[in-house]
Amino acid sequence: MSETASRIAEHVALPAWALIAYLASGVLFILALRGLSSPATSRTGNRYGMVGMGIAVVTTLVTQAPIPSGHWWPRPTPEDLVVLFKILAALGLGAVVGVTIARRIQMTAMPQLVAAFHSLVGLAAVLVGLAAYLDPASFGILLPDGAINPVSRVEMGLGIAIGAITFSGSVIAFAKLNGNMSGAPILLPGRHVINLGTLLAILGLVAWFTQDQSAWVIVAITVLSFIIGFLLIIPIGGADMPVVVSMLNSYSGWAAAAMGFTLHNTAMIITGALVGSSGAILSYIMCKAMNRSFLSVIAGGFGAEAAAGDGAAREQRPWKRGSAEDAAFLLKEAEQVIIIPGYGMAVAQAQHVLREMADQLKAAGVRVKYAIHPVAGRMPGHMNVLLAEANVPYDEVFELEDINGEFAQTDVAFIIGANDVVNPAAKTDKSSPIYGMPVFDVEKAKTIMFIKRSMGGVGYAGVDNDVFYMDQTMMLLADAKKMVEDIVKALQH
Amino acid sequence: MDFISILSIFILACFVGYYVVWSVTPALHTPLMAVTNAISSVIVVGALVASAAKGESLSSWLGLAAVTMASVNIFGGFAVTARMLAMYKKKDRPAPKGDAK
Repeated sequence: MSETASRIAEHVALPAWALIAYLASGVLFILALRGLSSPATSRTGNRYGMVGMGIAVVTTLVTQAPIPSGHWWPRPTPEDLVVLFKILAALGLGAVVGVTIARRIQMTAMPQLVAAFHSLVGLAAVLVGLAAYLDPASFGILLPDGAINPVSRVEMGLGIAIGAITFSGSVIAFAKLNGNMSGAPILLPGRHVINLGTLLAILGLVAWFTQDQSAWVIVAITVLSFIIGFLLIIPIGGADMPVVVSMLNSYSGWAAAAMGFTLHNTAMIITGALVGSSGAILSYIMCKAMNRSFLSVIAGGFGAEAAAGDGAAREQRPWKRGSAEDAAFLLKEAEQVIIIPGYGMAVAQAQHVLREMADQLKAAGVRVKYAIHPVAGRMPGHMNVLLAEANVPYDEVFELEDINGEFAQTDVAFIIGANDVVNPAAKTDKSSPIYGMPVFDVEKAKTIMFIKRSMGGVGYAGVDNDVFYMDQTMMLLADAKKMVEDIVKALQH
Repeated sequence: MDFISILSIFILACFVGYYVVWSVTPALHTPLMAVTNAISSVIVVGALVASAAKGESLSSWLGLAAVTMASVNIFGGFAVTARMLAMYKKKDRPAPKGDAK
């Protein structure tokens, strides 16, 4: 008992320099996010983040490393060296795996990667929570009477619950985004009741945990939270994945914050709050861009009914088909062209040849701009990354509200791989599932070029698009990459 | 530190987060997610505490597993963010010199 008591004292009284170091790393993380306010400062910001993480890791290693008798530094015992070796091996293994993945990953696969990374943070939080339960003395949360501090039990229980939900939810999000699992929503009967019941049960167990610290409580919290994570994400359709990924981003932050409360660690609390708010704001932005309420996204099922109901009711209307040569001719004559890329462009891997086309047009004196809808990719800002990868300068890329007024002075609106984000039904048709979603005013442009594989398919939301049938619309029916390649060839003549 | 001081730090940090994140340009929202993911791996601090406990206990092995996962995230997250940020370039201007990138 006396040894335990002395260890608590050590943890409560971290040296002042360590407290300052954790605070510094928290501040560096704030600066890392601050740097992202512009691409010019973002790289420095990322370096601040790395330094902050380095400080947090080194401080912890120095202050928390095994203390058998007095201090491990400068004379560590062989046992200490074994522990240190294991820790460095674990860090090294993670570093090799992490850097390898980061180097190889395709930019189109970024949403899956982020989901996979979230699942790791979630699982790590669960493991840390369980370790704190098993070894409360090391975490400094053991009371002199041998019980775990009740406040810490709540923090630990919540940390484990949020971590487990983050883990299993992210695994499902990964499987849906990576195509291991159909993007279609899976709707269980009575799911709202089951989900609410499970959530309430978890909260009840966390409350009970303050009274009874036996192992079954924490095991039950863990298991139920893993289950609710699966249940919450399976009914959410592929179109809503940007919201889900942002939401899980937020959860991973709250999990880290809960563990920070357990450890009384400033760096973890600041980081948790930053990441938690970041994910929440991104979810909000994505919901607003789709005119959906957060609750309706979480409730799930979007896309299931619309896809079934459409198709039969669609009437045949006349439309005009254009060739690559026609398109090239009109593009070359234009003064301003606005390109509206969607995820279909990325699927067709057309971004590089699209940039070639833009280069040729610019050489011919045409002003070329790119217009990005917030939901253009599979995660917030995804399309910007894909264009940046294709060497499109970021000052030619504009957000929806910044460019929407320019279509009236635009000769060609060039739509490639997008559909719902240019659908005027969102502005006029109250019965449309996408009604109220902010869309590009492409119909104000003199000419609309719409690259599409065939006239059959519809967008993610499963609705027909009036733009196909407008007088000034030229449908370019082909694979996006092939069509742009043909336009590039035609421009050379 | 008592609970109230910790809670104060947390609440204030939420406000800082709110304002800092709204000032992030939408073009960098994907790197934002990647970097927040990397920094949320600061949970490695807890994992290190668990794994640094002496002796062969279950909790130290759980801690080591958590260190490995967090480390994948830290290195992977910062590396992939750096890779993305390196791609964001300005328009190449024809001006011969004096134009900073």
